[in-house]
Amino acid sequence: MHLPLDSLALVLPSQAEVMPAAPEGLRLSVMLILGLPLVGFLLNGALALWRPTAKTAVSLIGTGVLLAAFAIAALRFRDLSILWGASPETAPVVSLWSWLPVGDLQVDFAFQVDQLSMVMLLVVTGVGSLIHLFSVGYMREDEGYARYFSYLNLFVAFMLVLVLGASFPMMFIGWEGVGLCSYLLIGFWFTEKANADAGKKAFIVNRIGDFGFLIAMFLVWGAFRTLNFHEVFRRAPEILPAGGALVTAITLFLFLGCTGKSAQIPLYTWLPDAMAGPTPVSALIHAATMVTAGVYLVARANVLFALAPVSQTVVAGVGALTALFAATIGLRQYDIKKVLAYSTVSQLGYMFLGVGTGAITAGIFHLVTHAFFKALLFLGSGSVIHAMHHAYHATHSHEDAQDMRNMGGLFRYLPVTGVLMILATLAIAGVPPFSGFFSKDEILAYAFGRGEHQPLFRLFWAMGATAAFLTAFYMARLIALTFFGRNRTGEEEQKHLHEAPLTMTGPLLLLGLLTVAGGWLNLPEFARTLGSTELLHHWLEPVLAAGNRVSEGLGTLASLPEGGTEQTLIGVAIAIAVIGLVFGLVVTLRAPTVRAHDAPAEVGIWKVLYHKYYIDELYDWAVVRPLVAFSRAVLWKSVDQGTIDGAGVNGAARFSSALGWLGSRIQSGQLTTYVTLFLVGVLYVLGMVSWR
Amino acid sequence: MLLGPSLLVSAILFTIGVAGVLIRRNAIVIYMCVELMLNAVNLTFVALSQEHGLPGQVFVFFVMTVAAAEAAVGLAIILAIFRHHKSVDLRNINLLRG
Repeated sequence: MHLPLDSLALVLPSQAEVMPAAPEGLRLSVMLILGLPLVGFLLNGALALWRPTAKTAVSLIGTGVLLAAFAIAALRFRDLSILWGASPETAPVVSLWSWLPVGDLQVDFAFQVDQLSMVMLLVVTGVGSLIHLFSVGYMREDEGYARYFSYLNLFVAFMLVLVLGASFPMMFIGWEGVGLCSYLLIGFWFTEKANADAGKKAFIVNRIGDFGFLIAMFLVWGAFRTLNFHEVFRRAPEILPAGGALVTAITLFLFLGCTGKSAQIPLYTWLPDAMAGPTPVSALIHAATMVTAGVYLVARANVLFALAPVSQTVVAGVGALTALFAATIGLRQYDIKKVLAYSTVSQLGYMFLGVGTGAITAGIFHLVTHAFFKALLFLGSGSVIHAMHHAYHATHSHEDAQDMRNMGGLFRYLPVTGVLMILATLAIAGVPPFSGFFSKDEILAYAFGRGEHQPLFRLFWAMGATAAFLTAFYMARLIALTFFGRNRTGEEEQKHLHEAPLTMTGPLLLLGLLTVAGGWLNLPEFARTLGSTELLHHWLEPVLAAGNRVSEGLGTLASLPEGGTEQTLIGVAIAIAVIGLVFGLVVTLRAPTVRAHDAPAEVGIWKVLYHKYYIDELYDWAVVRPLVAFSRAVLWKSVDQGTIDGAGVNGAARFSSALGWLGSRIQSGQLTTYVTLFLVGVLYVLGMVSWR
Repeated sequence: MLLGPSLLVSAILFTIGVAGVLIRRNAIVIYMCVELMLNAVNLTFVALSQEHGLPGQVFVFFVMTVAAAEAAVGLAIILAIFRHHKSVDLRNINLLRG
């Protein structure tokens, strides 16, 4: 284990007091990186409103701004390599303007370019560019082409705010913004009620998580009187007692936010439904970038989590449980995107297992490699769906183009997609030397290593390893059902199956390259023959130094197991992956698969898995229905209609009209009455005057 | 020297007028009661002019002039009402009730 000892000397309090100044030109770069996607959103939004048929312009703007942002980020990355080994306090903060100057609360519209946000910046703009390119081909014939690209650009803009924000509120802007774009894109084809409902579900479930984020923010404000990342993380070890209730509460509420955004138990149910959106959206938002925001948040707040070992255990435990749980559901889904959705939930679980264990680098490493191979898998499935859809469209068939039972033997028709998806499958299953092997193995190794002091982590390791086996199994099943075996598409349809155009296969090829080579970002020590090792680890070291110091003090620092054990673990991991893959292929290909509408009903445990453990039904029964019933009976009928409408609005009207009715009784129209009243009045006045 | 009895007579006349306005229903009778009140006031003016000088007596002429004008207008209105309602009973004339 390489300890960040050399960076300790750099973090002296006197040095930390100095607010770091942004290097020359960084301000402009940050403004461009954030501004370009925003400009793309505005231009494409204008085109969507006034010239929705100008698809060439939309393609150029939509992908152009992203490529430009990526180019700037890459150039900046080269310039900023001075950040190697620099302490987090020297990471530059670019403050654009003062945003919330309210008494003690001073929040600037500021962005922080440090090693961690740089990694995220490159992933978001890089993978984002490829997915934008893919969308040009995939969405070509859609009527909402311009609207689609404007949403996609807006999403990237908010995602960049999220990863670059220099304070909790700044991050929260991005956090909410990507949620909005996710909602807009899930319900992109909103004319079908199911899609609109899926969007609403995602939005509402995320609100529960956002509530946790907000509470955590309030607690941080209460403890620190500041919300800037710099100061909070610098002063956290002094202000918050390690393992104390406050820091545990803060981190657990933050993690509640993560379970919403990153689809962990218990708030994961929105993500599989989010597959209602266009497939590139699933790749970009619901696999590669937005859903990893929670992992990024835990990594960003690593000092706080290091101070709260209980929260770390919760994070790792929920992650391991989610990884296992979602993987079992993935075993029995037939919709190709549903399998990938549960796979994403499961892989996110791994990332949380990593960051919860304290192996932040491993978690971020898996985040990056997952962005590569899962984007590839989703875009590959998009290519498959594209081909299936065209075939069914040509024959006017109404079969489900996403059901794997209607596919089979597609390798002959889609060789490029097929090869690339098989590569991605090997990566996600954890076969060396593909990227997923290194990242997943590192997470499991660290979990096993921490189990030396906390036996609970051995259990988490076992869950993760089981999930790895299931992952290999369901991915092999996906490949076998889609690309091999007998073709079940239909005689007539087979003639129309063909490979996607270059705008779609091109990004796939690039992602394939990254999927294969992504592991070189952070090669482990034992693979030193392949190249320089632990690049990502050293790059991120300064950001993680403070958290690691805290963990070291508490004796909870995650470490790899000793030499011999590590070799054994690697052997076990490879064996699990290979056995899982082979098992999955053999079982799936030998089982008789029939087309979706001829398929028999599921029975026994398969039925439970097919219905996702009936969790949606359980939530519906336990939460949604009582809430709706309560809202209807009490909030609507009693509070709104009864109290506010009845007593409040209509009550005021009734009261004044009653008062008016009383007054009108005096106006009898009888002259005598008026004269009498007049006389009484005069006598009264005269009496008052003379009596004085 | 006759001030006290004069004021007393005028007070009695005025009270009769007020009572008539309040009690009677016939528009003509009420009108006559209003005239009675005006003349009660006139008597007061004249009686008090003994002590306060001529302006009181001059004022009486003004009151009589206005009363004459009022008589013309008032009687015309009563006639118009009679033509419309075939009655001058004020109980029936209550179009402005609330």
